Amino acid sequence: MYRYDNFDHQITRERIAQFGDQVRRRLSGELTEDEFRILRLHNGLYLQVHAYMLRVAVPYGLLSAAQMRMLATISRRYDRDYGHFSTRQNVQFNWIKLEDASAILAELASVEMHANQTSGNCIRNITCDEFAGVAQDEIVDPRPYAEILRQWSTFHPEFAYLPRKFKIAITGASVDRAATAVHDIGLAAVKNAQGEVGFRVLVGGGLGRTPILGTEICDFVPWQHVITYIESIVRVYNEYGRRDNLYKARIKILVKAIGIDEFRRRVEADWQYTRNGPCTITTAELNRVAAFFTGPDYEHLPENDVGVAALTSENRAFSNWVQRNVKPHKVPGYAAVVLSLKKTGIAPGDATAVQMDAAAELAERFSYGELRVTHMQNLVLADVKQSDLYDLWHAARELGMATPNIGLLTDIICCPGGDFCSLANARSIPLARAIAERFDNLDFQHDIGEIELNMSGCMNACGHHHVGNIGILGVDKDGEEWYQVSIGGAQGNDSSLGKVIGRSFTFAQTPEVIGRLLEVYVRERFAGERFIDTVRRIGHIPFKEYVYATPVTDDKTLAGMEYRLLAAGAAHDTPLYASGV
Amino acid sequence: MIIKNKTIAADDWSVLRLEENDTPHDVVVPEGKIIVPLKVWQAQRNVLQARTELGVWLASDERAEDLKSDLARFSVIAVDFPRFADGRGYTIARHLRVRLGYAGELRAIGDVLRDQMFYLQRVGFDAFVPRSDKDIGGALKGLNDFSFTYQASSDERLPLFRRVQRGSGI
Repeated sequence: MYRYDNFDHQITRERIAQFGDQVRRRLSGELTEDEFRILRLHNGLYLQVHAYMLRVAVPYGLLSAAQMRMLATISRRYDRDYGHFSTRQNVQFNWIKLEDASAILAELASVEMHANQTSGNCIRNITCDEFAGVAQDEIVDPRPYAEILRQWSTFHPEFAYLPRKFKIAITGASVDRAATAVHDIGLAAVKNAQGEVGFRVLVGGGLGRTPILGTEICDFVPWQHVITYIESIVRVYNEYGRRDNLYKARIKILVKAIGIDEFRRRVEADWQYTRNGPCTITTAELNRVAAFFTGPDYEHLPENDVGVAALTSENRAFSNWVQRNVKPHKVPGYAAVVLSLKKTGIAPGDATAVQMDAAAELAERFSYGELRVTHMQNLVLADVKQSDLYDLWHAARELGMATPNIGLLTDIICCPGGDFCSLANARSIPLARAIAERFDNLDFQHDIGEIELNMSGCMNACGHHHVGNIGILGVDKDGEEWYQVSIGGAQGNDSSLGKVIGRSFTFAQTPEVIGRLLEVYVRERFAGERFIDTVRRIGHIPFKEYVYATPVTDDKTLAGMEYRLLAAGAAHDTPLYASGV
Repeated sequence: MIIKNKTIAADDWSVLRLEENDTPHDVVVPEGKIIVPLKVWQAQRNVLQARTELGVWLASDERAEDLKSDLARFSVIAVDFPRFADGRGYTIARHLRVRLGYAGELRAIGDVLRDQMFYLQRVGFDAFVPRSDKDIGGALKGLNDFSFTYQASSDERLPLFRRVQRGSGI
């Protein structure tokens, strides 16, 4: 993976000093909260329901074992022994004191990590295919470009105060695992007829209040020009994006308002000034960065390990795990393994300090010391020898990270929701738990097959509910939490936005509603047909009719203490607000 | 006092802002060193172009291109930041420097604060009028927050990877 040179280190050090001084001036009252808020957001620090939340960047989802251990250390030293992996491949700590923020950033810097631009109206952490470099369907390894773009976007002087946040995703495979269609810019590395590398560029995708899939602005930008081209897109957005209404400020609204043709015309008009200019990427720079991503020294192994085949036939639990959590690898005899952070009863994406340390150790033992974070909120060991799979499975199982549910019903994408987030209308973690508990039976899940259930606690859509095959959105009706259910959303190559089935439900009704949707699917499906394909074939009406045919009763078992709506801080210790703020 | 060429200096320019009942045509432009709104320049250029010393300022929703053929007429061009979080002024400044080749004084006015100074300097501002309730000495320090930068902008026309030998010591 990429290693900092002295320039990266110096820039990071000076950023920490800058932010440390800003914190000092805030605590002394020299900066007002209004002035400070945007500065702290640029350093990943949110003020949430109970305390400050620090969002640490995991650039394009890649972590070394040492970095993962540092995350564990930070969770122990400054938080409550756990971290939350997010849909943007970042990690969030929920119980941070303002006074500790600079010290945490310094600890992160010691392992070449940071929290730069993980919030605020600037270019955010660039996300990437979690199987980059190892996927069988990869055309171009996107990671060198992701790193080059990370550096370009870091403290870009022109783009720190955009109309709204700006998210870029990049993939280099034929299957889009980076959800590029729902980003402000989606990049897909491709090769032209001459074998030259370039990018297909989508612009104006996004979820939130106004979900829109990205539109192609250019089918092939040669790799040398990707910085100048993207810079022109962001520049046009900075000039013309709306600033009068927070909810209409994303680039998608601008692209829709003026149309993709006019938007493209403005981008190309600006690009004429910079194309072939000094910001054109040099082969030397690409080679320098790409040299960090050449992959480990793989052993020569047979295509399929004989031992694994034997074990899967005699051990059903292991076989289930191999079927769901083990993914193909471009090198014979290797596999990529997904460590599930979706064990029933645990908040999706949460990992304890013990798990983080242990995952680092597994990475060192089985996967050349590297891990990835996925936008589905799981972890990946990307370079595992097939002959190690059984030992890895045992070790992961003891850690509670081997639930064989990747791509299944309980592999729920879920935002922090009302338990933590000050924007949320409703809780999402307890509902994810209630749904996971209801459908915990693995045989049932395997029978239902591939399905994505995504949940957001408000229309900002951090839980990507619009692109869930089943989407759940928390809404506020007169101060009460309700849940709107949609079906038919999908991410990836056939992205689509889900359609709401009808009026919303209470917390305690929602698991039953999911059950009814699945009953319709089981009744209507063809053999081997996925949930999303059934929805697309028969439409949403049969689902809607069945769900609303008879009253949905509240599940009484969900009235227990842990599912009740919590007043802020009620279930926790005294909130850790920093003094004087 | 303003910050100019990285030092605190006295300044005798004043900024004309239109009041509620003023129109660009009718507003009286006082004599002396005055920085007028773009709209006033456009409305009264026949009179104003006779002045030996004149400045003009752009609002954040105005375009650098509107000054394209007049750049040489002004002793100072200013860009107004109605709120520090309104980032349009950064692109306006860059256009003036990089696209239009303006080489004269470029001044940031309005909600100009210490923590934006470094970025403002990078996109091409060389004069700054920090908000009057803030310590100007602190704002001056903001110009030195970083020793290195990754990207090209108005100050450095080359990105870091063309400026230095990457992967090595400093």
